[in-house]
Amino acid sequence: MHRRSPTATVCLYATLVLGALVMLAPLAWMLLTSLKTYPEILRNPPAWLPAKPQWENYRTVWEGFAYYRFFLNSVFVAVMVIAGTLLTCCPAAYAFAYYDVRHKELIFGALLCTLMLPAQVTVIPLFKAFAAIHWVNTYLPLIVPAWLGGNVFGIFLLRQFFRTIPRSFIEAARLDGASEWTILWRLVVPMSLPAVLTVVIFTFLWSWNDLFNPLVYLQSESLVTLPVGLLYFIARAEQLTGGSLGSTPWHLVMTLATVMVVPVIVLFAFVQRRFVEGVAATGVKG
Amino acid sequence: MNHRRAETFWFWLFAGPAVVGFAAFSLWPMLESLWLSFCSYEVIAPPRFIGLQNYAYLFAHDLSFWPSVKVTLVFTVIQLPLAIGAALALALLLNQPVRGRGFWRAVYFLPSILPQAVFAVVFGYIFQADGGLLNRLLALGGIHGAAWTTSPTWALPVLIVISLWGFGYPMVIFLGGLQNVPRELYEAAHIDGAGAWARFRHITLPLISPVIFFNVVMGLIGSLKVFDLAYAFSVAQAQPTPGGPARATLFYGLNLYQQAFGYFHMGLASAMAWLLFAFILVVTFINFRVSRRWVHYGD
Repeated sequence: MHRRSPTATVCLYATLVLGALVMLAPLAWMLLTSLKTYPEILRNPPAWLPAKPQWENYRTVWEGFAYYRFFLNSVFVAVMVIAGTLLTCCPAAYAFAYYDVRHKELIFGALLCTLMLPAQVTVIPLFKAFAAIHWVNTYLPLIVPAWLGGNVFGIFLLRQFFRTIPRSFIEAARLDGASEWTILWRLVVPMSLPAVLTVVIFTFLWSWNDLFNPLVYLQSESLVTLPVGLLYFIARAEQLTGGSLGSTPWHLVMTLATVMVVPVIVLFAFVQRRFVEGVAATGVKG
Repeated sequence: MNHRRAETFWFWLFAGPAVVGFAAFSLWPMLESLWLSFCSYEVIAPPRFIGLQNYAYLFAHDLSFWPSVKVTLVFTVIQLPLAIGAALALALLLNQPVRGRGFWRAVYFLPSILPQAVFAVVFGYIFQADGGLLNRLLALGGIHGAAWTTSPTWALPVLIVISLWGFGYPMVIFLGGLQNVPRELYEAAHIDGAGAWARFRHITLPLISPVIFFNVVMGLIGSLKVFDLAYAFSVAQAQPTPGGPARATLFYGLNLYQQAFGYFHMGLASAMAWLLFAFILVVTFINFRVSRRWVHYGD
């Protein structure tokens, strides 16, 4: 390969650094604001750094406004959704990868079509049905679909990966008398950990970040998850702070936003390479 | 039990839950929502058949339907090329031999996995007319910034700008595609004296056209269902009804939600849902037809 000129190298890195700063700037401002006092956020021209980082803001929202509740709700829903996804998507992917059954491709194609279906198209009949069986204002509408293979993208991703495992491995295990269930969980899934991990992360992100479904199905404030909780807080912030502040306490809002974002960033830091490669693999086969 | 029967048994045992889920949470709601779209259904009373009246009302009388179509289309037409362009540009940069490629890739990808609601709230704060960071910075330069979030002119452009932080998925998929382009092709072209642009135009672009196509289709569907961003933005701006100011950010998905769960016009909203579904079908079909002309699937 030809070598890059020094000027081109400088331009390349300068662009990358500049772009990265732009990408991270809103997050940095969120974090800085979350550590300020109320007078500091009002200051004009803006105070860049808090004179003294106000870590108390975190305690204020966590305990004072019972934010730990929204946090635990989000964790609970995410864990249940991930568990259901793994328990039903792995077998389904295995079935679509290895069994030769009539109309298999047709069924799989039908499942894949749902990827194009926006939630808004199905939400009204689902809401009507869930209301009829008194599931509205419970977590069941958020969790049960995941326990019935609701993550079609996960099935697709796992199936692609399972198919790269040589058939002879599976045949050998069958000859040894292993049941299909054992082969799936003891052989195929352990051999596919990168794909399984990618599916877990995707599922976590969808559940953790989702605003639409919790907004539709959860009504009691004690049940809502973080994204809805954040909006509740903004809508009622002045009331919550006793009207003592003249305007929205943006420092506290940014504290909540940070609490919501940190678990995602920490998780991403640990698994980003695997995860990003998993994402890249989805586009290659289309 | 013979082999074939056993295989069928295990297939349905393993894939059964997913097929039931498909029937219960996708197929049935689709059909039910078609039926509801021909009904007057306001929750308190059972659905009542009224034929095509919901559709007629949407097209001819409803005040929010066409504005929400327009908002969504304007957003798509401007945002999609910008996002795809940015994703491709970054992928091309990162496909060069650079130090710490994994690090850069992670930094540019990160905003895409964060909750859209958070981005809407944080940017809403930054773009605020009084007290927002942007206008305070502009004021330092002696410029009086606009009321970005409360002006019907600026609110949608602001949302477009915010959504541009989320090009991580197409970027990573482009990178995957670029890494599949054989190196020898570039070297051969280089020896033949092809410049950087010629190599991009005649080697890279045709070879990654399936990936471009994939990203365009996914991006298109994504922009048709924008909800979290617009809804959270409205709440953070304390708008009396979502989608303001003056319906300037009333995305189709937001309008549908508002009709169904704000006003309980569930029949009308079902008609909107079916129009959206039909539109996605048509667009995807056209996409696949058009793609035959320019997408190059190799051998």
